[in-house]
Amino acid sequence: MIAAANRPLVIEKARIVDPSRGLDAVGTIVIEDGRIIASGPDALNQGRPEGADVIDGTGLAALPGLVDARVFIGEPGGEHRETIASASDAAAAGGVTSILTMPDTNPVVDDVAIAEFVMRAARDTACVNVFPAAALTKGLLGKEMTEIGLLAAAGVKAFTEGRKTLSDPALIRRIMTYARDFDAVVMHETHDAALAGRGVMNEGLFASWLGLPGIPAEAEIIPLERDLRLAALTRCRYHAAKISLGESASVVAAAKRKGLAVTAGVSVNHLSLNENDIGEYRTYLRLSPPLRREEDRQAMVAALADGTIDIIVSSHDPQDTDDKRRPFAEAESGAIGLETLLPAALRLYHVGDLPLLRIVETMTAAPAKLLGLDRGTLQPGAPADIALVDLDRPFVFTKDEIRSRSKNSAFENARFAGQVLRTLVAGRTVFLADD
Amino acid sequence: MTAPAPLSHAARRHLLGIQGLSPQDITALLDLAEAEVAVSRQTEKKKSVLKGRTQINLFFESSTRTQASFELAGKRLGADVMNMSVASSSVKKGETLIDTAMTLNAMQPDILVVRHHSAGAVALLAQKVACSVVNAGDGAHEHPTQALLDALTIRRHKGRIARLVVAICGDVLHSRVARSNIILLNALGAEVRVVAPSTLLPSGIEQMGVTVFRRMDEGLKGADVVMMLRLQRERMEGAFIPSVREYFRYFGLDAAKLAHAKPDALVMHPGPMNRGVEIASEIADGPMSVIEEQVEMGVAVRMAVIETLLDMAGDDR
Repeated sequence: MIAAANRPLVIEKARIVDPSRGLDAVGTIVIEDGRIIASGPDALNQGRPEGADVIDGTGLAALPGLVDARVFIGEPGGEHRETIASASDAAAAGGVTSILTMPDTNPVVDDVAIAEFVMRAARDTACVNVFPAAALTKGLLGKEMTEIGLLAAAGVKAFTEGRKTLSDPALIRRIMTYARDFDAVVMHETHDAALAGRGVMNEGLFASWLGLPGIPAEAEIIPLERDLRLAALTRCRYHAAKISLGESASVVAAAKRKGLAVTAGVSVNHLSLNENDIGEYRTYLRLSPPLRREEDRQAMVAALADGTIDIIVSSHDPQDTDDKRRPFAEAESGAIGLETLLPAALRLYHVGDLPLLRIVETMTAAPAKLLGLDRGTLQPGAPADIALVDLDRPFVFTKDEIRSRSKNSAFENARFAGQVLRTLVAGRTVFLADD
Repeated sequence: MTAPAPLSHAARRHLLGIQGLSPQDITALLDLAEAEVAVSRQTEKKKSVLKGRTQINLFFESSTRTQASFELAGKRLGADVMNMSVASSSVKKGETLIDTAMTLNAMQPDILVVRHHSAGAVALLAQKVACSVVNAGDGAHEHPTQALLDALTIRRHKGRIARLVVAICGDVLHSRVARSNIILLNALGAEVRVVAPSTLLPSGIEQMGVTVFRRMDEGLKGADVVMMLRLQRERMEGAFIPSVREYFRYFGLDAAKLAHAKPDALVMHPGPMNRGVEIASEIADGPMSVIEEQVEMGVAVRMAVIETLLDMAGDDR
């Protein structure tokens, strides 16, 4: 489906924002056979290719297509929530051109056949690039490690237990030790389920008033500190998948100062929302990790600015409306996010918290580097995965516009500035905004 | 005290919590309840103000006394009252909650009285129905009519709420009664204390408008009202206390501990009591106890709430 366009394509007069080389300037992008052959202010030095289609990019920003390194999908096994095709449509509408899919499907992506199924289904039905992550342990059971070598050779880009956190430190250590031999990335969400108990939101005054059991910060930090010590011991490539606390950022920063191959991610939800947004039991804001205090949200923004946090993810997690329209403590956690990743992240740019290049880097060049992809860049030679964005265009994200098969957005009716007008994957337009 | 503003609700149609009520709202309800006490003490106990109206008591969590109290309140106002007990075991979580709400809504009730084991469940249900909803207890969140009946009981004995020292003792962590009382008593100007082991206190309790004590003798010193909470043994999923024996020793209300309170202090309990756990029998049945009177006030307060909500709903029509 991602056949290269036959005719060359030229995007003119766009503001090219390419963090992979620190470029932010008005210029031209020239695309041939699905790849960028020139891009920048001087890209037309060789002249416009003959017979090229031209897109006028005046007033628009051309960003590398976004790379979202944390996307839950229902296929296989939960197609009523989301298929690879519906997730890919949602991604395209959000300017996301590459997604890393989580392995907690049914069956679990824990061997080569299932990973190949995902890649094949993506090839046949998806309009964006789909890269599977595989489980760290067979069946996500926390007992035996998966075939990390064979899976990596088959095209798996990262290893993770998805929503789960391994609890056996000896097993984690062995997996990390083994993964290092294959230079594989171990992505881990750190949540101590025993310490969290029946908690459903951030522990503190707000949860206490709501009468909801709280999840203490330590439920995230203790397993994170354990992992970082084991990463130091094993020297494996470790990625803290989704941190949400200032204290977590501090321990990641300390690990980085020691020179460990450690990276960290944050969901855009934890950059834009805090526990107060839950208001009167809004179950679409029941997330894992839970939304934290405003101080923690600000600490996440600061950690993103200083490089402690490397990437922003959507943590797209489609859930049935029926599983969300329940009393808060009984609702499923998770929110969709592919379509709102970029506009929500751009809030940080519009309020002046972060420069545009840095924000874009955390969703393009940085995750591409983490996953070893030749994407997330507009440099010549790269696949022409591009998002054309009107950075200032205001819009309201309404339920009717949601392309994802599930409608559990944390940003329903939110106001944003920054709308994706066109998305290209390998030079082919996969999304074009109405009007 | 800064309770979060988003908890406010359509106070004029539903009673989902004490949060969102003004001191004037509370006082007006107490004043009306005072009149309902008189009605309940007459030989002819029945008013006809709600003749032809339908009240449904929907209890997802079993409760004998609260349900009976609401039933009696509705009947004394002249309403037709139906009780629906939905055993927790058969409830398929919230799906059924919404489904049940839609089903009941179709029966055109005028008022729904709802108890549910999950915080926020009553508010969720209220969004789905066209009638007035009274929260008869939702998880560890609120139990507004209990706080109102407690306030009425106190006011009848002490003449006021303002500046009284009220010690709320025991399992505050799991208690909706404590939350509603903390909000109400603060709204009316009382000095509120809580006394409990730290394992039974919610996070952030110091910022909830109370002074926190871990010893009964200190917490009860000079108290006008000693409000005991039921030890929610059925909600003790973990080890919150080592044993009932130790709990009674340190936090059970007995004569020695009560001696620290004012000589004319009131002893209260929302019931049902665990005698010998949070309260000694001699205290529960003793001269300072107003526990039975609380039950009587419960009917009056619930009459006042139902009548007020249906009056307002009538005005809107």
